[in-house]
Amino acid sequence: MNARHVLQITLVLCLLTATPFSGCATVSKVSTQIAKEAGVISADEAESINRGAKAVEKTWQDLTPEQEYYIGRAVAARVLQTYPPLDQPQANAYLNLLGQSLAIFSERPETHGGYRFLLLDSDEINAFAAPGGLILVTRGMLRCCENEDELAAVLAHEICHVEKKHGLSSIKQGRLTEAFTIIAAESAKQLGNEELASLTREFEASVGDVVMTLTTSGYSRKQERSADAAAVELLRRAGYPATAMITMLERMDERLTDAGGLGFAKTHPSARSRADALRTMITDTVSAPDAVRQQRFSAAIKPIVTGR
Amino acid sequence: MKIIVIVALFTISAGAAIAAQMSVQVRNGKVRATPSQLGAVVATVEYGATIQAGALQKGWYPVTTTDGKKGWLHESALSKKAIAMRAVTTDVTTGVSSDEVALAGKGFNEQVEAKLKKDGKLDYTWVDQMAAFTVDVDQIIKFRSQGNLRGGI
Repeated sequence: MNARHVLQITLVLCLLTATPFSGCATVSKVSTQIAKEAGVISADEAESINRGAKAVEKTWQDLTPEQEYYIGRAVAARVLQTYPPLDQPQANAYLNLLGQSLAIFSERPETHGGYRFLLLDSDEINAFAAPGGLILVTRGMLRCCENEDELAAVLAHEICHVEKKHGLSSIKQGRLTEAFTIIAAESAKQLGNEELASLTREFEASVGDVVMTLTTSGYSRKQERSADAAAVELLRRAGYPATAMITMLERMDERLTDAGGLGFAKTHPSARSRADALRTMITDTVSAPDAVRQQRFSAAIKPIVTGR
Repeated sequence: MKIIVIVALFTISAGAAIAAQMSVQVRNGKVRATPSQLGAVVATVEYGATIQAGALQKGWYPVTTTDGKKGWLHESALSKKAIAMRAVTTDVTTGVSSDEVALAGKGFNEQVEAKLKKDGKLDYTWVDQMAAFTVDVDQIIKFRSQGNLRGGI
């Protein structure tokens, strides 16, 4: 083994262990510089190693809004394979008016493609927030809402998952390291067939991680609590009573108990415990729903939820 | 000497605060007349467009578009990084892999989505339909006003 091999192996080892030691990429850069000057590796090899080191350091937080957009589109398409859409133009138009009028009060009102909402033809009590702002709500979830204020509470909670990028955070680091390494090597050129196939594999796996979290394993309790807390603030900024969050969760708790713990119950902390936690934040008294809001909610949503 | 340094530093920082070049990181950036999501849209700017931005004020940048239109853009629509648009026929070769420049369409992109569609793995029909569920600012103002919603942005 000559000096060139020893140095190359050292650099590779440094890269492999870079994640827990934040300074390793810097060490790598200095090492590659020394190696390059000593003529052990070429300038191209040094550049490639440095690019790789930077890629290894990157996490889900480094995904650009455009990448988040494409991941979100695929996540929504995957969820729609299991939960068919509810093709009801009037109800979907109302859902988008309500949802988009709430999203402007988010801490992140602008995403790459914007916030969009769609009803799902499922009796399961559930809602899904795909990265970038594609939010899907089941008919079963609508049944937990008696008025616009409560539906606003459901949507605000999902908007806050998007705002805080909770979906993206569930992507396993290994996939991102692979993807960022391919991207770093890609240079400015269009992807070759092999690179495209590898990147598509990592993309599918990343999308799979998010879908798994949304539909099966659920976010962490901490993430749910933070989405609830942010949703309360969002509702207040938008002029909706925060108490709607509690009344909605109480009804959901009753329905979930009846449904035997399927859907939302599987992926969220108990609605009862969430309502209890919110009571410490919300001390306002419950007011009667506004007549106009009640009327437009009933007109758009009642035809969807009745008949069962 | 100290005074010169202080004056020089002040000039540099003031200059930086007055106008910085930023890039639009959303598909359709809406430049508004007032720093509010309910402000009238005075111009739309495309993904990757550069814009002159002043000092950030409560989440909003005062901006000037390349064709001289002035207004406000929310900080979530802008990136400090330059965004190099990928040329369709020719390769972009100038420093696009540096940390200061993000290459549009690099990584998880349209090409990856097209491959998934081609392989028949995902159906995007309803995802595309969702994208068409647009709501404009006038509809939101009317919806909020009719519903007696009084919140501040």
